[in-house]
Amino acid sequence: MNIAEAGLASPKVQTTIATAQNLTAGYPGKVVWKDANFTIEEGEFVAIIGPNGAGKTTLFRILLGLQRPLNGSIKLFGTEPRRGSSRIGYVPQQHVIDDESHIESFELVRLGLSGKRWGFSLFSKDDTNAALVALEGVGGTDLAHRPLAELSGGELQRIFLAEALVSNPELLLLDEPLSNLDMKRERDLLSLVNSVVRSRKVAALLIAHNINPLLPYLDKVIYIANGKVASGKPDEVFTSESLSALYDTEVEVLHDSKGNLAIVGIEGHHGDVE
Amino acid sequence: MAFSPNLLADFQQMWYYQFMQNAYEAGTLVAIIGGLVGYFVVLRRSTFVAHAFSEIGFAGAAGAILLGIPAIAGMILGSSVGGTGIALLSRRSSHRDVYIGIVLAFALGLGLLFISLYSGGYATEAYSILFGEILGVRSGDVVLTLVLSGLILLGVGVVYRPLLFSSLDEAVAEAKGLPTLFIGIFFLLLVALSVSISIQVTGVLLIFSLMVTPAATAQHLASKPRNVIIISVVISLAATWTGLFVAFYTPYPVSFFITAIVFGLYILVRVLHRKIQPPGELRKG
Repeated sequence: MNIAEAGLASPKVQTTIATAQNLTAGYPGKVVWKDANFTIEEGEFVAIIGPNGAGKTTLFRILLGLQRPLNGSIKLFGTEPRRGSSRIGYVPQQHVIDDESHIESFELVRLGLSGKRWGFSLFSKDDTNAALVALEGVGGTDLAHRPLAELSGGELQRIFLAEALVSNPELLLLDEPLSNLDMKRERDLLSLVNSVVRSRKVAALLIAHNINPLLPYLDKVIYIANGKVASGKPDEVFTSESLSALYDTEVEVLHDSKGNLAIVGIEGHHGDVE
Repeated sequence: MAFSPNLLADFQQMWYYQFMQNAYEAGTLVAIIGGLVGYFVVLRRSTFVAHAFSEIGFAGAAGAILLGIPAIAGMILGSSVGGTGIALLSRRSSHRDVYIGIVLAFALGLGLLFISLYSGGYATEAYSILFGEILGVRSGDVVLTLVLSGLILLGVGVVYRPLLFSSLDEAVAEAKGLPTLFIGIFFLLLVALSVSISIQVTGVLLIFSLMVTPAATAQHLASKPRNVIIISVVISLAATWTGLFVAFYTPYPVSFFITAIVFGLYILVRVLHRKIQPPGELRKG
C-alpha cells in the first residue's frame, strides 16, 4: 500500500491541505484505527468509506481539533489541527432541527459567519451579503426565507452546505450528508458538492457508507475498516490485491456491469460497500 | 373599587395607588426579561430546567424568610447555586432530566422544611412564593429588579450570537471554537436570575406563563430570531399589564389572569396557524 506514500513523495507544499503520517486514533486504552498515511491536496474531492463504527467520524474529530491522535502525526494547513479554524467548513451528521421553531434558513447560514462574534454589534451588511452569496452558491436562494423545519432532507443538506461555505473555507468536512436521501437527491447533492469543489478549489472530505454513487466524482478515497486505513485513487485502493495485502486475509473486490463495486471478505462488509 | 366604561379614568384611579405603580414597574421589567430569556429557554428546550430553578428558588426564598433576609436574595442564591450544579452535573445532556429531577425534589423538600420552621405565617409565605405576590412588591424590590434586569439584558447582549448559534447548531458551533459548555452554564445563570425576579410576579408554580408560553407563541408568528423575541416580549407585556388591570377591578389573583391571557393567545395562534397552513403542507418532499 504505497499510494499514500507516493502522494507524500511529490509534495507541493503550498497546496497540501492535510498530511497524516502513521496516524493512530482512538481513546486511551482503545485504538480505533492505526497507521493511516494520506495527503489531501487543495481542491480534492475525497470520500471516506467504511462500515459503521469503523472510526470515520473520529478522523473528522481529529481534523477539527476536537480529539488528539493517539500516535503519529497529522498536519493541517502546515500545523497541528486546532479547534475553531475558520479554514474548515463542517457539516456534522446530526443536526437537531426543532420543528416547533420556525427559524428561517438564512439565519442559520449567516450564523455560520457571525455566530462566533460576541458582543452587541448588530449583524453587518457584509454578513448578510456573504450569507446570500453562500445560499446562491448552493442553489438555495429560494430557500432563504423558508423555515428550516419545513425543508426536505435534500434542501436541508444544501442549507448546511451553505452554512459551512459562508466563511470561505479551504476544507469541507461533510459527515454522511447522503444518509436519509433517496437516490435522485443523493445524485443532486453529490453533483452540487462536486461543482462547489471544482469551482471554489475547496477540498472536500465526504463520509459515506456506499462508494458507488461517488465513484464518478472522486479524486481519492480513504477506506477505514477493521482498525486499518487505506487511501489513494479509488481504482487503486479497491482491488482484491491491495485490500488482501492490507488486511492480511483474502478480500475480493467485485465489479458489476455498471461499474459498481462490492467488497467481500472484510468484517462488517457483506457483499456491498455500505 | 368600581369599574367604569371609561378605561382612562379607571387607569388613573388604579395608578393612584403606590402598590399598583410598583406592581406595574416590576411587572414590566419581568415581562421584558421573561419574553427575552424565555425565547432561549424554548429554543434550547430547557423548560424543565427553568422549572427546576423556580423550585430551587422556592427553597432559597423560604430559607431567606426564615433567616430574615429578603426573599429575592435567597432565590438568586438558591437558583444560581442550583443552576451551576445542574449545568455541571448534566454535561451529558441525555441524563439531564434525571439529574434535574433529583435536585428539584431535594430543593422542594428543603423549602418545605424552611417554611415549616418559620413560625410567623406558614401558609401566607408559602402561598406568596408559590403563586406570586406582585401587589406586595415594594419600591426597594423594584429597584433591585431594575438592576438585575439591566444585568440580564447586558448578559444576553454579550452572548447573543454565540448563544443563538450554539442553541441552533451546537456541533458546528463547537467545531468553530465556541465554548459551548461555558455558554450553557452562563445561559443557565441568566435563567436563574430571570426566574428569581419573575417569581415576584407569577410565583414559583406559574413561572412558565412568562418564561415559556409567550416565546412558544411568538415562534409561530415569525421566522427571524429578533422578531420572535420582540413578539414574545410584546405578548408578555400585554398579558402582565392587562392582568394587573383586570385583577385590580376583580377579586381574583393577578397570576391567574396573566396565565389565562398567554394561554388563550397560544391556543388562538396555534389554531389560526393551522388554518392558514394545514400541517400536511408543512412537511413536503
